[in-house]
Amino acid sequence: MIAIIDYGVGNLFSLCSSLKAIGAEAIVTSDIEKIREADRIILPGVGAFGDAIKKLNDTGLDKIIIEEANKGKKLMGICLGMQLLFEKSFEYGEHRGLSLLKGQVVPMEGRLPRELKIPHIGWNALHLTKSHPLFKYIKENDCVYFVHSYYAKDCEESLLATAEYGYELTAAVVKDNVAGMQFHPEKSGDVGLNILKAFCEWEDEK
Amino acid sequence: MITKRIIPCLDVKDGRVVKGVNFLGLADVSSPIKLAEYYSKCGADELVFYDITASYEGRALFTDILREVASKIFIPLTVGGGINTIEDFDRVLKCGADKVSVNSGAIRNPELIREAAQKYGNQCVVISADVKRVDGVFRVFAKGGRENTGMEAISWIKKCVELGAGEVVVNSIDTDGVKGGFDIEMLKAVCEAVNVPVIASGGAGSTQHFIDLFKAIPDIDAGLAASVFHFGEIEIKDLKKELSDNDITVRL
Repeated sequence: MIAIIDYGVGNLFSLCSSLKAIGAEAIVTSDIEKIREADRIILPGVGAFGDAIKKLNDTGLDKIIIEEANKGKKLMGICLGMQLLFEKSFEYGEHRGLSLLKGQVVPMEGRLPRELKIPHIGWNALHLTKSHPLFKYIKENDCVYFVHSYYAKDCEESLLATAEYGYELTAAVVKDNVAGMQFHPEKSGDVGLNILKAFCEWEDEK
Repeated sequence: MITKRIIPCLDVKDGRVVKGVNFLGLADVSSPIKLAEYYSKCGADELVFYDITASYEGRALFTDILREVASKIFIPLTVGGGINTIEDFDRVLKCGADKVSVNSGAIRNPELIREAAQKYGNQCVVISADVKRVDGVFRVFAKGGRENTGMEAISWIKKCVELGAGEVVVNSIDTDGVKGGFDIEMLKAVCEAVNVPVIASGGAGSTQHFIDLFKAIPDIDAGLAASVFHFGEIEIKDLKKELSDNDITVRL
């Protein structure tokens, strides 16, 4: 069972449908017991970092996520959910993240070549920086769907894939049992479904 | 590198896909769900659904269809037609839409764009503009292209982006349904005016028209069409292969 963390951020219809399509069992929940019982956790998210981390703090879900991750439970953040895994974000001020991964989230504005449009929106090719069970069904240059105006940096330690948009932007990260996808696997066609499938099958290396 | 998007557009009325020629005389084509599945398999990068139903019953039928499409197809979905209030945004987003396109609703109440962008994010709000030359000036038309609003189109689109629209669909009434190619002049003018993604609509009749579009305007993000895809005159798979052969970056 996968627990999709419900903290009132974003639209979970497609994420639920895509997990159903690959035969995975998932529930959308904010119930602490259910999150504890789940084998895996997905932390979704769309919107502003500050609002999202405040909602996690106010509901105490931040502590549960950190606790479960520290126990070794497989956790994947998607889009803003990935950004929340880092130490801090500079989206409208400065906010502390969950600090499960080293790195920070910064605006594209002022950092990318000026002719590039912000947000980075559309299908872009993945450049895999290392091999990992999460990407066992996909290959170099497979395209996935991005929508974001902020990106993670100083996260070399966990970097798993990049996408070229002015620079090589962080597209996916993983460290031990904690993973993050900047793009939307639930909106990335078969490539995305295959990443979700690999997440469902992801086990510790023996 | 970010790829150029190819987007089939499905106009839905009473649960069926229709496509107008110059917006008049609608011809029935097919089941929206079947078409959507077909396009997704062929490599469409995104789908646009326009609800052109007027009745309440028709609207409920549309959201049922949308929900079914969104539960089977995992590419971005944009929904437009009859979006006049924040509640309308909410209604279609809950059914699995990723982006919501506003047209007449924004003309009546531009603040709708700001309100929606604040609530759902800029990336969620698409301004769709039906534009036609009147005495050599680009004018915005409302009500499915039937009513001249008198507004100058480029300044209207700029205003919408300032209010928070994260993407622009420009539909040239002058080239729509004629299959003589996209309206390069109009699209160029829009691309020069805004720094958000611009989607070209109206006039696609052949693969060459898409090549011409992306070559003439490197800044354009996507090409949208309906009938040429629905009637199989252009196969999306072949189109993307041709684009790629012409050094235009696409998702294959």
